[in-house]
Amino acid sequence: MAKITFITTDGNEHVLEGSSGSLMELATDNNIHGIDGDCGGVCSCATCHVHVQADHWDKVGPPNQIEADMLEFDDKVTEYSRLACQIDLSQEIDGLVIHVAND
Amino acid sequence: MEEKISQDFINDPFVQLRQDLGINKMDDQNDPVAMVLRHKDVRKCAHNYKTFKSGAVPGRIVVPSEVDIRDTRQIPFEVDPPEHGAYRSLLEDWFRRPLKEDYEQKLKGLIDKEIEKAIQSDQIEVVSELALHIQSRALTLLLNLPLQEAETWISWGTHVFRSEETKLDASKANILYNYIDSQIQLSKDKPGSDIYSVLLKTEYNGRLLTDEEIRGIMILTFAGGRDTVINMITNTVAYFAKNKAALNFIKSHPETIGKAVEELVRYFSPLTHMGRVVTEDTIVCEHAVKSNSRISLCWASANRDETVFENPNEVILDRKINPHVAFGFSHHKCLGAPHARQVLKLLLHSLIQKVESISINSHEDNLETWGAVQRRVGYHKLLVTISSLK
Ligand code: HEM
Ligand code: FES
Repeated sequence: MAKITFITTDGNEHVLEGSSGSLMELATDNNIHGIDGDCGGVCSCATCHVHVQADHWDKVGPPNQIEADMLEFDDKVTEYSRLACQIDLSQEIDGLVIHVAND
Repeated sequence: MEEKISQDFINDPFVQLRQDLGINKMDDQNDPVAMVLRHKDVRKCAHNYKTFKSGAVPGRIVVPSEVDIRDTRQIPFEVDPPEHGAYRSLLEDWFRRPLKEDYEQKLKGLIDKEIEKAIQSDQIEVVSELALHIQSRALTLLLNLPLQEAETWISWGTHVFRSEETKLDASKANILYNYIDSQIQLSKDKPGSDIYSVLLKTEYNGRLLTDEEIRGIMILTFAGGRDTVINMITNTVAYFAKNKAALNFIKSHPETIGKAVEELVRYFSPLTHMGRVVTEDTIVCEHAVKSNSRISLCWASANRDETVFENPNEVILDRKINPHVAFGFSHHKCLGAPHARQVLKLLLHSLIQKVESISINSHEDNLETWGAVQRRVGYHKLLVTISSLK
């Protein structure tokens, strides 16, 4: 089980728990506003863009090249940007705090 | 008699030009187009709306150009940011309704019915008897109109916007434009909960949308969602006819349907490319392009870019990383994508639940010509026999 905190653009905190699948799936299963997951998690839509809290960056690490190329063109990109569909739920990311990029 | 099948049933005709030059230069009614072929360049140019604009003379970013047959600006397609975003935000919620449960239920019901009908006939012509029917009936849900309305759209046939003989046919296009005008008038006289009535009440910049703006939104909705969806459905049927193992794979792994949808759309790329007008002298992929000339973003070529996709010419139904651009990229990415994805998803569900196998009896290819390149985007005719699962 990993406990993940999603902070939506309205400032609300949503604490969710999950053990399998991706962060995008956890978010869409729980209707987290701003994470749509249009492409189902194949890295083609960027509707699952999140900003990882800076001091948690090491828990998830940087995106691979394909994901980075996708993020490059997103207006809301920061040095802590990731696509939630490319982060798998696991014990290692327990306690992670992420900010949803889109409204 | 069994038909000869090529493994690579929609080939990649851009491969050589993409690798050698990155550009395919073609003429179109004396208004040439430089087709941009590489994935990275396509995304870059799609994102850069200031240098590569959509808000040109209406019809000019379409290839073949429609400037001679249309004055109405298609919205939000032929508008650039920031106005683009303002228009688009008015439409976004409406076009996301396909994700709602009751919409999905209704769509499933009507696709199941079409597949059952197809199974009952000895032979069916997929383009005009299956794909056009599913596309038209599904569109009644998106526009929130009575199912009956689809009969009119079906009666137009598959060449309503473009007749077979002359590529651009103004009289054919007028059928659609006149129809839309009369529908707007009907909803003015008797408002309901259909898309026209909703648009008639919608405010843009503190005023109501004008009739001309509504016309522009509706022309786009009809035109953008017709041939693309028809080709997607027809190619899907052909694909499973030629690859029985693929149908069986999905039967035993239904959880891969979401990924299969993305992969089939990548592979088919039902919209080959879309143009932009260049606003300043610039360089694209080491080629000089002049201000006021045209480029196009070739989604179909980008989707086979071997520097991005492993085994790009293979359909890998559970492809995990698939950054395809079949629905476009950046500001103008397809507004109808949630609907189109649902149609394909539910079609796959219907096929695995009801169909044993599909055999092709005869076919006529739908070939597009882009300069020196020919691409098969779908079929004009596809006669098949669909057999029922016991
Ligand atoms: C498989 C089916 C479809 C494909 C492959 C497809 C492809 C595309 C592509 C590539 C674009 C981007 C054009 C550009 O950048 O200039 C686009 C835009 C658009 N599509 Fe689709 N489309 C499909 C189905 C639909 C449907 C069903 C509708 C609605 C009924 C629709 C409505 C639109 C609209 C309104 C836009 C313009 C969005 C904007 O400018 O912001 N499309 N489509
Ligand atoms: S869900 Fe589409 S990129 Fe993550």
